[in-house]
Amino acid sequence: MAPILHLHAVKAFYGAFEALHGIDVAVEDGGMTVLLGANGAGKTTTLRAVCGMVRSEGAIVFAGEALQRRSTEEIAAMGVAHVPEGRGTFVGLTVEENLRLGGYTRASKPHDAMARMYGYFPILADRRRQQAGALSGGEQQMLAIARALMMAPRLLVLDEPSFGLAPRVVEAIFAIIDRIRREQRVSVLLVEQNASLALELADHAYLIETGYVVASGSAKALADDPQIRRSYLGY
Amino acid sequence: MHLFLQQVFSGLASGAIYASLALALVMIYRATDLVNFAQGEMAMFSTYIAWMLVNAAVPFWAAFALTLIVSFIGGMVIERVVVRPVENAPVLAAVVVTIGLLLIFNALAGWLFTYTLQEFPSPFPDRPLFGALMTTRDLGVIAVTLIMLALLFAFFRFTATGLAMRAAAQNPASARLCGIRVGRMLAIGWGLAAAIGATAGIMVAPILFLDPEMMSGVLLYAFTGALLGGITSPVGAVIGGLIVGVTENLVGTYLIASQLKLTVALILIVIVLAFRPNGLFGTAIVRRV
Amino acid sequence: MNDGTAAIASEKLAVGGEARLRIGAWRRFAIAALIVLAAALPFGLSNYQVFELTQVMIYAIAVLGLNILTGYNGQISLGHGGFFAAGGYTAAVLMHRYGVPYWATLPPAALVGFALGLLFGLPALRFEGPYLALVTLAMAVATPQTLKYFSWTGGQQGLNLAKPAPPPGLGIDRDRWLYLFVLVILLVAIRVAANLLNGRTGRAWMAIRDHPIAAAAMGVDTPRYKTLAFGTSTLFTAVAGALAAIVVGFVAPESFSLFLSISFLVGSAVGGIATIGGAIVGGFFIEFVPNFANDISDAAPWAIYGLAMLLFMYAMPRGVVGSLGPLAAWLRGRLRPAVAAGEISAASNNASSPQQTSQGRLE
Repeated sequence: MAPILHLHAVKAFYGAFEALHGIDVAVEDGGMTVLLGANGAGKTTTLRAVCGMVRSEGAIVFAGEALQRRSTEEIAAMGVAHVPEGRGTFVGLTVEENLRLGGYTRASKPHDAMARMYGYFPILADRRRQQAGALSGGEQQMLAIARALMMAPRLLVLDEPSFGLAPRVVEAIFAIIDRIRREQRVSVLLVEQNASLALELADHAYLIETGYVVASGSAKALADDPQIRRSYLGY
Repeated sequence: MHLFLQQVFSGLASGAIYASLALALVMIYRATDLVNFAQGEMAMFSTYIAWMLVNAAVPFWAAFALTLIVSFIGGMVIERVVVRPVENAPVLAAVVVTIGLLLIFNALAGWLFTYTLQEFPSPFPDRPLFGALMTTRDLGVIAVTLIMLALLFAFFRFTATGLAMRAAAQNPASARLCGIRVGRMLAIGWGLAAAIGATAGIMVAPILFLDPEMMSGVLLYAFTGALLGGITSPVGAVIGGLIVGVTENLVGTYLIASQLKLTVALILIVIVLAFRPNGLFGTAIVRRV
Repeated sequence: MNDGTAAIASEKLAVGGEARLRIGAWRRFAIAALIVLAAALPFGLSNYQVFELTQVMIYAIAVLGLNILTGYNGQISLGHGGFFAAGGYTAAVLMHRYGVPYWATLPPAALVGFALGLLFGLPALRFEGPYLALVTLAMAVATPQTLKYFSWTGGQQGLNLAKPAPPPGLGIDRDRWLYLFVLVILLVAIRVAANLLNGRTGRAWMAIRDHPIAAAAMGVDTPRYKTLAFGTSTLFTAVAGALAAIVVGFVAPESFSLFLSISFLVGSAVGGIATIGGAIVGGFFIEFVPNFANDISDAAPWAIYGLAMLLFMYAMPRGVVGSLGPLAAWLRGRLRPAVAAGEISAASNNASSPQQTSQGRLE
């Protein structure tokens, strides 16, 4: 299978500061790739480079099209749904309005998609008239994922969906992500601190340190690598 | 008591005009943290367009509609051409740009239309109502404002573009990730603000007469109303504008009937703000650490 | 601080973080040469040009006051024309009614400006951003209207003042004497501002501007310093107002319209709000650009003036000195690579305006 997303020798910059020093990352069509690494290693920057939120060099190809020189809005409209760090929820709007915004780029009526999201996340249906800011952290994360899926994306980009959530909530969310991935045929690029959980679900994994990819391979291979087990899995 | 009520009603009519312009200020402030000091002069310029159309024998309401369309497009063009270059500059640079714009519109209007006071027709007859408590003209002005508010409310509440504009104002980065073109939303916001301002200008022109300075006082009252309502709250802006209109009228009737009435009204409102520093409906200005 | 460092200090803020002791001697010489040039200038110019340059310096002092408040402490004011008026009327009333010599009116004007600023600064503590803009705007609007209502201010007509005579035996005429008099006050003002801004007070002001919560947490007495910034700022502006009254020989309510307050803000932004040198650029802008605009177009000069404001902000959104300062430091760094890195980072730090930190959207 050809990768749906391919980063080749990508450098990324914050002003004059180079945060990525030429990395190669691929996401298979229908696959799930996870980026692992310590804080500040460049995982979030990689996601931002994909979505045109930071200046980058090198080649970023999505579904056969170059993403560089495109605006974030355009990339989103092409089918890349990014749930950013901190979830990016519109806290002053209602749950339903957040979902409507997710469907903004789709010409068709969003009601079917919304009904499907309420099927995956029944709690959101109960709270559809509430302000998003009033939701709990887990509910907000569900809303963020649902909003992203409203775009009918081909690639879902998730930045630490487990951040700040209780373990049980994390497991529930990952179970839904896995289910959605199969049912909606959407590829996933994931940044995650919870390495053991992520490696269980993903098929490919990359280990990023200080702006370089230092290890990559199938998720199973990385999970079995003794060095990685010691540093990131803790056993 | 009759005099009091009379003054309250006529205050509500001028307050409705301040409320409109205040709403225009709030729309732009919510999207960009910028007070558009040129809002009044833009409205004044729009009113001259309506005046030309009416003089060219275009029926009043057709001229009104045409002016709103022209103002909407003009507002969008101003945002894209004039304001956009300072979008990421310090706020003060953007403020100075709007002050520059104020001077340009004022001077252009003076040059094109002269500084002579012009009569401007009112679409509403001037007849007393309810035992002379108010006039049909006051009622007309209030009605136009209310209709405009209802339309705006529906636009922001029910249309995809309206929702996208709210999202873009609230969280531009997230809005982009949803595929919303934030720049275009800003332009539409300026367009709408210009059209709302034009309504205010056309409503006030029959009362104040039309000249290039017509809106300077109105802008000050509108700014006061917007802040009284809490600068980020559209509903607050409307209520704030109405309060300012009534206050101004009552001060003029009961306290001091001279040019000082502006000063006294301002002082009263500043005192209110001293007790409610974020306005009546505003949320606290949050500063990041 | 001794002579040299104070002068350097002013340059440091003007140019942006450029104060190396090893170039101190050269710099001291350049500043001395500039001062001599400024003092010699009126003797080669016409009376009217001398008067114009005197006005430039007066505006520069007023804008310097505004820069202290807006640029260094992050509080906006659309009402400094009111404090300019307070200084002007203090000088005018003292000269006109009590026969006080012109030079002796400056300390009372400064005192009145400082006291009014403190009085105004206290309630202003409760306001931020657009709210402070409105409150100060109200003051600007109220000033000319209020001045009309008192007889001791001369009412609508204002007060005419006798133009001060130059000291006998000096052999220079009145216009040139006043020029030199104002020049001395400007230099003192710059020196005082530089001292304040480089010292404890200035650091506290800037800390409050950049990180209000952190500053408070570190024990900076925020209300006290913010009020003090207001008082200091209006002191400068009131002194400028007094000088204007002396030089023009006339005060009237209409001279202190809202437009004057706006001009100060524009001058401040055009020069660079968090700079000292920018105040002088601002003075030039306020005095000369309207005249240039008039030369270009009789029909709509203010449109040209407005256009000039737009163009300046597009080209240099941080003001002339605020934008060129870092550039100059960068160029110097290019020439002397050894110190490049340090200077550029210092320069960009110094040139940063309060808006940078408060620009984040309010959510």
